[in-house]
Amino acid sequence: MSTMRVLVLALVLAASSPALAVRPGEQLPDEAQEARARRLSAELRCLVCQNQSIDDSDASLAVDLRRLVRERILAGDNDQAIRTFLVARYGEFVLLKPRFSLQTLVLWGLPGVALVLGAGAAFRLFRRRRAVAEAGGVDEPDMPATLSTAEQEELDRLLAGKPRG
Amino acid sequence: MIVELGHFVLVLALVVALFQASVPVWGALRRDDVLVRLAPRAAVLQFLLVAASFAALTYAYLGSDFSVLNVFQNSHSLKPAIYKWSGVWGNHEGSMLLWVLILALFGAAVALFSRNLPADILGVTLAVQAMIASAFLAFLLFASNPFIRIPQAPFEGQGLNPVLQDPGLAIHPPLLYLGYVGFSIVFSFAAAALILGRVDAAFARMVRPWTLAAWIALTLGIAMGSYWAYYELGWGGYWFWDPVENASLMPWMTGTALLHCAIVMEKREALKTWTILLAIITFSLSLLGTFLVRSGVLTSVHAFAVDPERGLFILVILIAFIGGSFALFAARARAMEGGGLFAPVSREGALVFNNLFLSVAALAVFIGTLYPLLLEALNGAKISVGAPFFNLTAVPLMIPLFVVIPIGQKLAWKRGDLLGALQRLWWIAAAVLCAVAAGAFALGGGPVLALAGIALGLYLVLGALDDIVERSARSGFSHVFARLSGIPRAVFAMAIAHAGVGVMVIGIAATAFEQEKIVSMQPGETIRLGAFNLTLNGLTTEAGPNYASVGARFSLRNETGVIADLTPAKRTYVGRQMPTSEVARYRYGFSEVYLAMGETSEGNRVDLRAYDKPFVLLIWLGPVLMALGGLLSLSDRRLRVGAPKRAARSPQPQPAA
Repeated sequence: MSTMRVLVLALVLAASSPALAVRPGEQLPDEAQEARARRLSAELRCLVCQNQSIDDSDASLAVDLRRLVRERILAGDNDQAIRTFLVARYGEFVLLKPRFSLQTLVLWGLPGVALVLGAGAAFRLFRRRRAVAEAGGVDEPDMPATLSTAEQEELDRLLAGKPRG
Repeated sequence: MIVELGHFVLVLALVVALFQASVPVWGALRRDDVLVRLAPRAAVLQFLLVAASFAALTYAYLGSDFSVLNVFQNSHSLKPAIYKWSGVWGNHEGSMLLWVLILALFGAAVALFSRNLPADILGVTLAVQAMIASAFLAFLLFASNPFIRIPQAPFEGQGLNPVLQDPGLAIHPPLLYLGYVGFSIVFSFAAAALILGRVDAAFARMVRPWTLAAWIALTLGIAMGSYWAYYELGWGGYWFWDPVENASLMPWMTGTALLHCAIVMEKREALKTWTILLAIITFSLSLLGTFLVRSGVLTSVHAFAVDPERGLFILVILIAFIGGSFALFAARARAMEGGGLFAPVSREGALVFNNLFLSVAALAVFIGTLYPLLLEALNGAKISVGAPFFNLTAVPLMIPLFVVIPIGQKLAWKRGDLLGALQRLWWIAAAVLCAVAAGAFALGGGPVLALAGIALGLYLVLGALDDIVERSARSGFSHVFARLSGIPRAVFAMAIAHAGVGVMVIGIAATAFEQEKIVSMQPGETIRLGAFNLTLNGLTTEAGPNYASVGARFSLRNETGVIADLTPAKRTYVGRQMPTSEVARYRYGFSEVYLAMGETSEGNRVDLRAYDKPFVLLIWLGPVLMALGGLLSLSDRRLRVGAPKRAARSPQPQPAA
């Protein structure tokens, strides 16, 4: 039993750990600098992972990148300089928030354009409807203007307060 | 033998689906009622066949029949029984079979519960549903067959991915698929209405219960998945804007828009074109999600190109259905103009606003998810679009929508009184702002955006509830209870669902107040976490049925003493090298203490990531409330087609409202 336990423990300890992205030893002593590193890390992609930022990932590459970011911060680089540095090394792929460029014009532009076009379409909808209403002078174009005989009888009956029968 | 039977009935199901997809349409065009009326029977038969096939695969999993390739690849004899069940859909082939099962389920449900629909509409709707089913049954049989045998059966299976061995994930896919695939029936109704040229208020009324049912399941499915990610992945995040998540969020957004604009179509016969279009778009996005998740295209365009069979198959299905329905829509769109008139400031106007923002937000998610794929396919450039993009586009689009919800609830149909609505809401807004400002002052400040978020959430909750208060106390307080019971269920449903949005917003905003500690501790050491003290007592090992784990024992103390023993752990599963993390959580109110264990090193030192997460559970309570509102609305009999009316209403005359 006890050999089994030792084996189990050895097995578990041998395997590398998930769950902990930023490890205690990686943190910068200065709180403001560390917060900056975390904020920046959340915008950088772990290149070998599927859609994980280096802040979330346990891959060894993510560990290296986190160290690199902190090194640059200690070296006094500003955020923009660090991003430029990483893009020069790893390409645009490393940025989870793509930079605005000709290549990403549609990406960044489309939601705004769609909002304007959609609002325009809604505005036209109201205008056209009002125009129809003013020209036709009817409130409910689908409804026939007068009641049918059966409807009139039903209405009279209801107004007189008689029960159905 | 059972496995071969399962395979065989799946082929039969395809034959029935092909019959169901063609004969009723032929019958409807020739006005032959006998042929049309075959559709409901075929739908039920098709469901029974697919269900039998699904049962056969389940049987193979429960009996650990490793001569079946699919079982060998995804199961293990030591796995607990619940994961043998859930293992059925924890892999590509099985999940596609579940997909088809739910497709057939919705067809059969419509066949059984909508008998009072006009025969031709019912027939053609079920035929369109069967066209989708035929395509996916063919996909299963030719490209993803779960029943393939291995000539030399191995002794042991390869095991299910340990991350998937969790009760949450056992029920997450069925719920998600109920929603995802449930929108297929709405799509089929829309196609039938277009084919038969009968797009009217009755259509909105017919699809309402099915849209709601699918929407409820999708809401719960997404919330469940998010909650699972929160406690399973080990860093306490709840939404990652991962393409797989986005694939389910897009149909949810357009489905929510559909739910709202179908109300306008039902009550006012307006926005018909848009409602039909949304029905088509919503299911198209479900199909797109299936393609994204199931083709491997997300890993990389290149991975897709290496083994393109499955991906291409789904892509062809996708193009056929989306292209076909849009062509049909374009051909018939002109025939459905008109409808009731309304002013911009009205209930309808507010719902148009809802649709505008939800649709544009869905488009932002769509472009963000697909842009990297499109760009790489176009010129080989590799870019990433992640959380920061969506937080800058889709999230801000939600804010005006949330602000307008309580206002829209107060506006009348046709022409609303904006001033009247705002007058009441001013009080709520002012009260909320004062409360939040006082709270912030007491806490000594806080991030401005988070405070604004909490204020927005409170305003949503109070605004939603105020609707009920106002209706029940409209003319004095003497008849409150009589009035309360007179309020239709749908109004309560709306209030609860909208309050749910507010509850979720509060939960999300409160994450800004969470506390995180990343530390390396040794036994006996104590750290401060929020209002608690956390002490490491030592390490412990445990051997589970199919895993071995090492845990760290912590005591959580407040000023009165120990309130909880928490043991976060790392598990290593038999047959898999990668360990998984088991977090430990302590719940107080809607808040949680959350511990995730990392490396252990010399001298029993433990790396720990510890969080105090105030009000974090509200993030998932909100969607549960939304779903509850949906259920309540579904139970409102007034809103069903042909629901028997009560014989006599209350005898005494009702006071005029």
